[in-house]
Amino acid sequence: MLSILRTIWYVFLHSFQKRVTVQYPNEKPYLAPRYRGRIILSRDPDGGERCVACNLCAVACPVDCIALQATEDEHGRRYPEFFRINFSRCIFCGYCEEACPTYAIQLTPDFEIGEFHRKNLVYEKEDLLIDGPGKYPGYNFWRIAGVKIGGKDKGEAAHESAPVDVRSLLP
Amino acid sequence: MTSPYPILSILGIVVVAMSIAAFLIWVERRLLALWQDRYGPNRVGPFGLLQVLADTIKIFMKEDWVPPFVDKPVFILAPAIVFVTVLMSFAVLPVAPGIIVSDLNIGLLFFLAMSSLGVYSVVLAGWSSNNKYALLGGLRAAAQMLSYEVFMGISLMGVVILAGSFSLPSIVDGQRRMWFVIPQFLGFVLFLIAGLAETRRIPFDLPEAESELVAGYHSEYSGMKFGMFFVGEYMGVTLISSMIAVLFFGGWLGPGLPGVVWFLIKTFFFISFFVLVRAALPRPRFDQLMSWGWKVMLPLALANLLVTGAVVLVWR
Amino acid sequence: MATVFVDDRPYEMNAEQNLLHGCLSQGFKLPYFCWHPALGSVGACRQCAVKQYKDEHDAHGRIVMACMTPASEGARISIADPEVVAFRAGIIEGLMLNHPHDCPVCDEGGECHLQDMTVMTGHDYRRYEFDKRTFRNQNLGPLVNHEMNRCIQCYRCVRYYRDYAGGEDLNAFASRDRVFFGRHEDGVLENEFSGNLVEICPTGVFTDKTLKHHYVRKWDQQFAPSICVHCALGCNTDAGERYGSLRRIVNRYNHEVNGYFLCDRGRFGYEFVNSDKRFRQPVLRGQPTSVAAAHRYLEETIAKGRVIGIGSPRASLESNFALRSLVGADQFYSGLADQEAKLIRQMLEILRRSPVRTPTLREIEECDAVFILGEDLTNVAPRMALAVRQSVRQQPMETVKKLKIPLWLDFGVRDAMQDAKGPLYIVAPYRTRLDDVATATFHAAPDDVARLGFAVAHALDSTAPAVAGFDDSTLAGEIAGALKAAKKPLVISGTSCANEAVIRAAANVAKAANAALSFIALECNTVGAALIGESPLSAAFQAVRDGYADTVIILENDLYRRALHAEVDSMLSAAPHVIVLDHLPNRTTEKAELVLPAGTFAESDGTFVSSEGRAQRFFQIFTPQNDVSASWCWLKPDRWRDLDDVLAAMSAEFPELAAVREAAPSASFRIAGAKVPRSPHRESGRTAVLVNINVSEPKPPEDPDSPLSFSMEGTPDQPPAALIPFFWSPSWNSIQAVNTYQKEIGGPLRGGDAGVPLFEPAALNGQPYFSAIPPAFRPRGGEWLLVPMYHIFGSDELSLAAPGIAQLSPKPHVAVNSSDFAEGMEVEVTCAAGMFRLPVRIYPEIPPGVAALSAGLPSLAGIVLPAWGKIERAR
Repeated sequence: MLSILRTIWYVFLHSFQKRVTVQYPNEKPYLAPRYRGRIILSRDPDGGERCVACNLCAVACPVDCIALQATEDEHGRRYPEFFRINFSRCIFCGYCEEACPTYAIQLTPDFEIGEFHRKNLVYEKEDLLIDGPGKYPGYNFWRIAGVKIGGKDKGEAAHESAPVDVRSLLP
Repeated sequence: MTSPYPILSILGIVVVAMSIAAFLIWVERRLLALWQDRYGPNRVGPFGLLQVLADTIKIFMKEDWVPPFVDKPVFILAPAIVFVTVLMSFAVLPVAPGIIVSDLNIGLLFFLAMSSLGVYSVVLAGWSSNNKYALLGGLRAAAQMLSYEVFMGISLMGVVILAGSFSLPSIVDGQRRMWFVIPQFLGFVLFLIAGLAETRRIPFDLPEAESELVAGYHSEYSGMKFGMFFVGEYMGVTLISSMIAVLFFGGWLGPGLPGVVWFLIKTFFFISFFVLVRAALPRPRFDQLMSWGWKVMLPLALANLLVTGAVVLVWR
Repeated sequence: MATVFVDDRPYEMNAEQNLLHGCLSQGFKLPYFCWHPALGSVGACRQCAVKQYKDEHDAHGRIVMACMTPASEGARISIADPEVVAFRAGIIEGLMLNHPHDCPVCDEGGECHLQDMTVMTGHDYRRYEFDKRTFRNQNLGPLVNHEMNRCIQCYRCVRYYRDYAGGEDLNAFASRDRVFFGRHEDGVLENEFSGNLVEICPTGVFTDKTLKHHYVRKWDQQFAPSICVHCALGCNTDAGERYGSLRRIVNRYNHEVNGYFLCDRGRFGYEFVNSDKRFRQPVLRGQPTSVAAAHRYLEETIAKGRVIGIGSPRASLESNFALRSLVGADQFYSGLADQEAKLIRQMLEILRRSPVRTPTLREIEECDAVFILGEDLTNVAPRMALAVRQSVRQQPMETVKKLKIPLWLDFGVRDAMQDAKGPLYIVAPYRTRLDDVATATFHAAPDDVARLGFAVAHALDSTAPAVAGFDDSTLAGEIAGALKAAKKPLVISGTSCANEAVIRAAANVAKAANAALSFIALECNTVGAALIGESPLSAAFQAVRDGYADTVIILENDLYRRALHAEVDSMLSAAPHVIVLDHLPNRTTEKAELVLPAGTFAESDGTFVSSEGRAQRFFQIFTPQNDVSASWCWLKPDRWRDLDDVLAAMSAEFPELAAVREAAPSASFRIAGAKVPRSPHRESGRTAVLVNINVSEPKPPEDPDSPLSFSMEGTPDQPPAALIPFFWSPSWNSIQAVNTYQKEIGGPLRGGDAGVPLFEPAALNGQPYFSAIPPAFRPRGGEWLLVPMYHIFGSDELSLAAPGIAQLSPKPHVAVNSSDFAEGMEVEVTCAAGMFRLPVRIYPEIPPGVAALSAGLPSLAGIVLPAWGKIERAR
């Protein structure tokens, strides 16, 4: 009984406390860089598309709102032929970013993407791709990977020795 | 002491009661927000006051959907009952000297009768919806009302003994020396609790417990029919608050200010208290609710009546 | 059976097998790399380590390789012992030292055995900080991609390629941690079964290059169980689709048919489905038209006058039957050329009377003496050539058994065998790709091939007719001796010589040797079409020429490939209305008034009858976003609502085909109330794939014809063999998940393998010996006997529309043995079909007077072989 009264009293005391609501359109809240808002595709430090169309974001997506098709340029560098995110289905869980092995897909603190028509929430690659590396400035997947692409031959990646001479039998 | 301008009074009371009920939607949301460190509706009009208007327009614009499986006449009748019974109770409420629709000499009994009838609304709504959650809600409401009405009536008998009348203006007049809350503090507490239960407000909102029963007896209601339950509830809150003011806090009596103002101040205080209780307390289990009513409140009410009666007998 | 204690609990394991085989059969998750059920154990990778204990008191134990240890009675092993768990994790860590950081861009990712095994052992963090060794890749042709950095040196590729498939041009080079698997120089892999490297390689060294061009992860493909359409053997496949185009073919294990392997034509020929040239909507007089208009036209034309229907050996039973029902039994023609129809009828007659069921490919592998009459298996029925290649190991295997070497101990078996080969005799007009394992070969004109066969039969059984004046009795006697000595002799023949006597000779040999008999047809449903329609093509031509028919409906059949062009032209111009159903434009569709877009195997359900007489169902892989639909859907009457109705009507009409209904569960089949999902449960993009068209994503298409659903929704359980859309089970994402679908590893699938044999063996051998022996072949002065020479890449009409296969198909040529011509010389070949300018290839083994002409290549279509023709130097 007393606890009920005490509860009522404590709740009443909240009349004199500061309100936590941020009056959004009038004042903008601070959003951390890791805030999960609009999704972007970034570029590596050399300006190339980071996305290698590995499909891991698509498979990690719990609402299946990412679709893409892989393709390759003439030198073997893989990239998405198209990359589509249906933001009208996206729940901004950030699993795609966690799954991405190349830091290509990133969530940004921008959440003001409302539209009057759902079809305008379907973003294609040209809507998603930005010009910089986003939150992860230094990383370039192709410098780590073993495949050969234009401008990087076999054995030129990080932690790689020169290609083996397969005709040698020396120990 | 019936009003000299009955039609005017009736219209006045209906309009004021309904405006207050509507206004309460805004009040409750703002107050809840205040106690939850939020702002509440503050965008529509000054201080968000026009929120009520917006909500009203919205609720009138909504599709008034009657599901095909319901018992249609009863389904439509149910929300009207709650509205009518509460409004009828307002007829015996003395707002200020001369501002009353009908000074019945059994005003208090009339109020109790009307509030008992109100339960039909909920039971019939639950029954006619043909939906298990709605029916469960209706059944809960019936059991709860039955249990809490018993000691509600008894808790008021102390006041009646002190005032020597069932007429509400007479009861107010009887408090010129001392508010009845002082001799009848226990009665006041019991009536407050019973009033909360009567209006089915948190913590006694088991008939519509949304975490268990979807929305209980009004699960199938939409549009303005749902709105009538909603407004009915707020009018109920207003009614109980004013009754508390009338029965225990001297109604319009007070120094300096006009009687109407005093009455409104007191009523508003208890309305706020209702909202505060909603902000603070969780909902009990149904068996707890029943045993609380029958095993604690009823004996206390009986004891209160007995002691009051005895003291009055001895005093006189 | 032997009782083996695994972590102190008893399990029954096959005593003839090793512990790894036993543990996997029992469902244990024991990682492995170098072992493969078809290749045996070599103990190279050290991954399948377990701890073995002497007895129950032995607390110490010792680490052994499960794949190298027999599952002996009472053996006690531990898989979970911490020491051995750490050992296996260490092995993986070692294997991963040089493995590149490629998974995101590797085609194997998501279905990689190495990934699965790494996860299984728990190795998740790279501690080695030094440099990785790298290799330069080779261009291995248009089918297989090479990415050597990823290699973990398990040696499976060369063991498969050299030891199993008989390839020569893939080998291990260099030494120590630099071992390189590839060719001595860049170039197309020569073996016709190189595509299996994709599935054999536990990681992404060898991947499907055709898939690479339109890459989609395994989990994103919508699969359905299918049957290969590129030859008559009916190999089981799973085909994967995404975004409305077919992405690849993978092997669907069928213990009785293809086992673990496919040929390259079957694996890579699928791309014709995606061809830009495909008919995707009805075409009426050269103008695209609507489905409703096409149907209206079809109905009006049929109502107007007399109609005949020409079926097809590459259309399903259901489509042929629907056409037959539409036009009436007497107006239906099988669509087989006269000579082929006659041969198939002869084959069917022999098979129906045979007391031995036609052997399945697995049974062929187990035969210990094989006699091939007139067939170049590798180019006509490739997967059978691979089976025959295994059969030559059967007889030397007896020596191995005597030495008590376990048969799974691959190097031991091969050391004991050395180069010993069992009897394989090939009699054909020219060299074949199996000659390297043949005991003896004999190259002769088709009539002489038949005569040798008759002579062998006579040598086996003197009641069989003798061959007068046959002068090679020594070879006939040798073959007869080998067949007689064998426990499971086998005779293979077929239609490629286009000679009835060859087929009869094969039947005589089989009867005399009491051998199994296997006939090869050319196309995926040749046998089925012959079962449904008796009348050959010439009868159809006659009907039109006689003015009997006003309308000709041609079902998935390019008549210009089967008959002389002049005949086809005269028929098509005599017919007032020509309606053609087909996938791709060809000369017949050019002449059609109305072309209906017929679904390929990927867009339709149906049944094929393989040359073995096995009816096998294939299922629609995806719903095309256009007017394409199965031929039987175009032709069926309204009272047939779905495939089951067609099958019911067909089995009512053809009692012999009643078993076809059992080829797969009917459309009402459910597992715990659920359909079998076509897509893996991880399929992605469901709410994004089509939203660029309409943001409200549509409901997945329904499938009234099969118990499969067009989505990932459905049972998580393993479906029956005929309905397996893809192999996957928890922790086994690669194709090696097939292990969990088999009763015992390498054995039949749970619930029995897919397909039903249509020809039950007869009680008695009711087939009398054929006695019509053709006279010996005599070269004609100035004229050559032109016999067909089939090419694995090129002779098949459909696969030729796949770019990779087209690139590998040879240029049309004529092979002769004559001093008049030199290799590469341009000649003019003149025969009834006209004059063709071709280069000459010199084949010294071809008998004089015989010339082998590339068959089935588009530029040589319409030459009916065998035929007599002139070959002259081009002027």
